Amino acid sequence: MEGFLNQLPIGLSIGAVLLLIALGLTFTFGQMGVINMAHGEFIMAGAYTAYLLQGWTGRAAVLVALPVAFVVAGALGLILERLAIRHFYGRPLDTLLLTWGVSLVLQQLARDLFGAPNVQVQAPEWLQGGPGIMPYSRMFILALAIGSVVAVWAYLNRTGQGRRMQAVMQNRRLAATSGIDTGRVDMRTFFIGSGLAGVAGVALTLIGPVGPALGTYYIVDAFLVVVAGGLGQLRGAVIAAAALGLLNSFAEFWTDASLAKVIVFVAIVGFLQFRPQGLFVLKSRALT
Amino acid sequence: MRNSAWRTAIPLVALVATLGACGAEPATSQQAGGGEDSIKVGILHSLSGTMAISEVTVRDAELLAIEEINAAGGVLGKKLVPVVEDGASDWPTFAEKATKLIARDKVATVFGGWTSASRKAMLPVFERRKALLWYPVQYEGLESSPYIFYTGATTNQQIVPGLEYLKEQGKKKIFLVGSDYVFPRTANKVIKAYAAANGMQVIGEEYTPLGHTEYSTLVNKVVQAKPDAVFNTLNGDSNVAFFKQLKSAGATAESLPTMSVSVAEEEVKGIGVDNIAGHLVAWNYYQTTENAANGKFVAAFKAKYGADKVTSDPMEAGYNAVYLWAEAVKKAGSVEVEAVRKAAGGIELERPEGLVTIDGENQHMFKTARIGVVQPDGLIKEVWNSKEPIKPDPYLKGYPWATGLAQG
Repeated sequence: MEGFLNQLPIGLSIGAVLLLIALGLTFTFGQMGVINMAHGEFIMAGAYTAYLLQGWTGRAAVLVALPVAFVVAGALGLILERLAIRHFYGRPLDTLLLTWGVSLVLQQLARDLFGAPNVQVQAPEWLQGGPGIMPYSRMFILALAIGSVVAVWAYLNRTGQGRRMQAVMQNRRLAATSGIDTGRVDMRTFFIGSGLAGVAGVALTLIGPVGPALGTYYIVDAFLVVVAGGLGQLRGAVIAAAALGLLNSFAEFWTDASLAKVIVFVAIVGFLQFRPQGLFVLKSRALT
Repeated sequence: MRNSAWRTAIPLVALVATLGACGAEPATSQQAGGGEDSIKVGILHSLSGTMAISEVTVRDAELLAIEEINAAGGVLGKKLVPVVEDGASDWPTFAEKATKLIARDKVATVFGGWTSASRKAMLPVFERRKALLWYPVQYEGLESSPYIFYTGATTNQQIVPGLEYLKEQGKKKIFLVGSDYVFPRTANKVIKAYAAANGMQVIGEEYTPLGHTEYSTLVNKVVQAKPDAVFNTLNGDSNVAFFKQLKSAGATAESLPTMSVSVAEEEVKGIGVDNIAGHLVAWNYYQTTENAANGKFVAAFKAKYGADKVTSDPMEAGYNAVYLWAEAVKKAGSVEVEAVRKAAGGIELERPEGLVTIDGENQHMFKTARIGVVQPDGLIKEVWNSKEPIKPDPYLKGYPWATGLAQG
């Protein structure tokens, strides 16, 4: 029974990880419609940022790296958007191939820069251990996920920039005719979306491997959350992440890891049969 | 018009030039195994993809052996020339690149592979073309191809000694954790058969997909089951996630020791010493193994690749493979495959792991089993060894409890 009860916090903490890795995608994929396969590599860039900062800051690297990784991954995203993706807006399949190629290049680059073996990022002393099955590192990730969601929500709803971003997402042409510089808004959206991937990467150093293939382990899960939650819907992503985390945790408890993955996928496919738009749909009066 | 005609012409010219270059190349390397004063040998490991993390270092060790052999005058008076190919962590690619090395480059032998899946993909290629493969990694046994030499451990030289050690320590209740593919599943069959015959109890068996990184549920199951020890056959990056999450759930090497068969010095660095110090591993070689040959190997490896590099069991087995093949060639007086195979049986060499002898019958090696404990400095200290090299027994014929495993 104790083992069973433990699965509840475990499910929530899996959900927190899912939410963190998917949050950036709700911007780039959800709001802009760009299928960015390199999103996983921005997560990797965040993790390596923590690794590099370790040389200066020691065990505090994880904390210091949060803002730095946001800027590093965001800058990478900005470069990608300016140099390549912006020429492919409205062509999702081409973007998919392009960004997949970019992700392979970034993985190889990491391999050349840091070597093929995993590197180690030491967790701060105060994040080690914890009561029972819910370690401090998991609580930290949960808190970070909640903090990120609140920050993103506030940005979207309480700032002019955020409102312009939502306007462009809801109706790009109307926003443009109303005098919004949509190119600038696109850049900003991509910067924030990629930056959030960097933040997720720092958090993942606490629980997983830090190596060139890091991004590939999380990219599919990230897309799952965004699709199930409804494109561009913050609350959809939050609920989908929590639901998938719990489903995963209990399914794995009763079966095994491989079967749990199957169950989660079947559940999502079944769910999308009834609600192809995901949990929440943006209501607008646009004809498209 | 003129412009577009040029556009067609340029790639055509380039294409013709490339074809010409390709056509000219084999002419200089027609002779089997290389030219007048050189012998070509193939090296085939994953240099990209998920397995690159492990295989790149084996390639490095093999290249070091080739360099050393060349510096000492080569083999039969000829220099060894390595032809390196990338298996890309993709099993069909291994078969394809093996065919290329044998048919186009006409290499004398190939050193390569890591996962059992890659070996199984290459096996028919080598058997059909009657070419030689030297496979440098411990594996699940139950195989003995006439065209493969196995320089890593088979089950009775690694997993069985690991179990014997746990039994000696009074660990009776064992929990099995592994990646979901052929090696862990076969290894666990062996472990279950051993446990049943030796009064040990397997109280749990869990598999996770390769590349799995979310271990909190599995750790919860292990902690709830309260085993005396965990036998870990996870592979690759999953080990990092497993040990990090095991540690943060409060399990220590004292309260819940693990015995790993795919974690060596190289992996310890990525897992983080904090997370794995004190846990057990089973291999045939550690960087700290004491003998003259190892001192030389470690020094040469660090000199070539950097002082922060470590040496591990699969690297040492790859390094040995090149020396053992060279020794067989010297004894045979030729690089011809059948002659080398015939000459190889009984060859004895002092290697970094100690004395290694080729068993001519199944083409595996006599190897000394060693159990080690991960130290706070990231190296592994030996706490037990089998005293003498163990005869390889890939089908476990010499173990009464293993009857029936070979068929299953």
